[in-house]
Amino acid sequence: MNKFTTLSGIAAPLPLINIDTDMIIPKQFLKTIKRSGLGVNLFDEMRYDDDRNEIPEFVLNKPQYRDAQILVAGDNFGCGSSREHAPWAIADFGITCVIAPSYADIFYSNCFKNGILPIALPQEQVDVLMKDAEKGSNARIEIDLEAQTITSSDGDVFSFEVDSFKKHCLMNGLDDIGLTLEKGASIDNFETSASQARPWV
Amino acid sequence: MSPKTLYDKIWDAHVAHEADDGTCLLYIDRHLVHEVTSPQAFEGLRMTGRTVRRPDQTIAVPDHNVPTTLDRANAATMTEDSRIQVAALDTNAKEFGLHYYPVSDVRQGIVHIVGPEQGWTLPGMTVVCGDSHTATHGAFGSLAHGIGTSEVEHVLATQTLIQKKSKNMKVEITGKLPKGVTAKDITMTVIGETGTAGGTGYVIEYCGEAIRELSMEGRMTVCNMAIEGGARAGLIAPDEKTFEYCLGRPHAPKGAQWEAALAWWKTLYSDDDAHWDKVITIKAEDIAPAVTWGTSPEDVLPITAKVPAATDFKGGKVDAAKRSIEYMGLTEGMALTDIEIDTVFIGSCTNGRIEDLRAAAEILKGKKIKDGMRAMIVPGSGLVRAQAEEEGLADIFKDAGFEWRLAGCSMCLAMNPDQLAPGERCAATSNRNFEGRQGRGGRTHLMSPAMAAAAAITGKLTDVREMMGDPA
Repeated sequence: MNKFTTLSGIAAPLPLINIDTDMIIPKQFLKTIKRSGLGVNLFDEMRYDDDRNEIPEFVLNKPQYRDAQILVAGDNFGCGSSREHAPWAIADFGITCVIAPSYADIFYSNCFKNGILPIALPQEQVDVLMKDAEKGSNARIEIDLEAQTITSSDGDVFSFEVDSFKKHCLMNGLDDIGLTLEKGASIDNFETSASQARPWV
Repeated sequence: MSPKTLYDKIWDAHVAHEADDGTCLLYIDRHLVHEVTSPQAFEGLRMTGRTVRRPDQTIAVPDHNVPTTLDRANAATMTEDSRIQVAALDTNAKEFGLHYYPVSDVRQGIVHIVGPEQGWTLPGMTVVCGDSHTATHGAFGSLAHGIGTSEVEHVLATQTLIQKKSKNMKVEITGKLPKGVTAKDITMTVIGETGTAGGTGYVIEYCGEAIRELSMEGRMTVCNMAIEGGARAGLIAPDEKTFEYCLGRPHAPKGAQWEAALAWWKTLYSDDDAHWDKVITIKAEDIAPAVTWGTSPEDVLPITAKVPAATDFKGGKVDAAKRSIEYMGLTEGMALTDIEIDTVFIGSCTNGRIEDLRAAAEILKGKKIKDGMRAMIVPGSGLVRAQAEEEGLADIFKDAGFEWRLAGCSMCLAMNPDQLAPGERCAATSNRNFEGRQGRGGRTHLMSPAMAAAAAITGKLTDVREMMGDPA
């Protein structure tokens, strides 16, 4: 997994609440058996018309946001389906940080497995960053995961919370499975005692 | 010993390792796998030379993109990419030695219907699946999480999930449900109350007289949509109905093992003075047949209501409601019962069980669907289909003008050929009304099976209570 330490990038504003994973990556793109290549279909139904032409008004089609690395969005981002194709598509497009007031649980956890940092901030702070994002490529937002801070293009600094274990894994690009397998003895012991306590399982 | 909730008890029985910061390895009893969210996980195992730790506890079934037409044995009914995905599941199930129900097996169906039906889902278990509607299994008092593909790979390799404990929420439905009001109306009304993010960070336990009175099928419908309220899982404490449902299922314990299991299962309830981080109480008598008007499962209203105005809402919901009303092609203030539909879909892991089909059949018996209506019933499993045929329900559906399909997820997520065309409007018993969910530009109104059946007859959203005779 790619490491995430610091990021200075253009932020795309998407001021909608309840952006669901069907919007992020519609079902017709879930038929892949790979993790890569989904960036071109990120927000597909909002991004292209019926003839597959780009819809110029959609934020990621605007010239100033084509290289966005950050997405600023509304409440409850990533609700709905558990499809990890959503963070795969976001990462494949080149976005590695999302800023929103809140996230759906499964999406939030899926982000960390794919080198994406989802940051939850109070609505007022998201509003400031949304305005900043609307300035386009002249406004770069800076994120420092170690310090847990976001700096707007005007120099406003906001700090954010992140789970210490998730932060550690993201900063070092660690593979969860490898870490868990190091605790193999605990799993063996649990399995032995559980098979006695609940032999019917 | 301090009092515990049901969630606390199941959690405590499954912690294999706890780090200083509270991050736990939660041991997983049952892992359900389907074709769409698993190929990359198996590929990951191969690339790292890892294997499946407990193939004996891993159950695979294709459901999301399989065709549901009667000719589906013909490979030409599937697109190339769907075929590759189903073939990958077939290869992975055989290569790793999983329990497997292929499309040709009568037990095949939607993973959340097959699990309980085969007795894989039992009280007090931890159950995961790479699908958000895994919450369904909570109806048995089992802790059931939807997970992403990386977590699927993690569970395959380690039989554990990295988790921190969620908070406890109690949703109590007091009293008795009025006539014509079902489990679907309960779960939709709760989401209407809490919003789609109201449950974020919580595990919900549903309780109260109206929940106790529900059948296991109804309880599965309630827990199924816990995720639509944002909750990590939904739970209902097991009771005699649960035990009776499990008894004799192929993978349920037998003999002395059954007795031992039963003794533990009977301890699985929330203690009287357990701590709840949030409590919501709804009177069953206040619940009416519910429908959605917008593009979020929280856009719920009783069928007797009118389409709201965007200005009725606050904050970001004003713009969201405006966008929804426009997408749905509705007018603010119009009666919900004036909304005309052209498609009816009865099925899904929310409402594809035998009781759902019985409820639809009761309304459809001796009636015809409206001219030009496209209506389909997609049973949740091959066994549900067989039972419905044995009970004569299939004949009622076919006589009414419904298509009678084979089992699968079908038009709930429209990954297979069952889709809405742009502008088509569907009365659906599934769980999500997102933009484009049932097909690009398609419009979805969620409701119960009886309500969907009523809409099929009249051609518009209908209060099913008006079509039910007086109680004898």
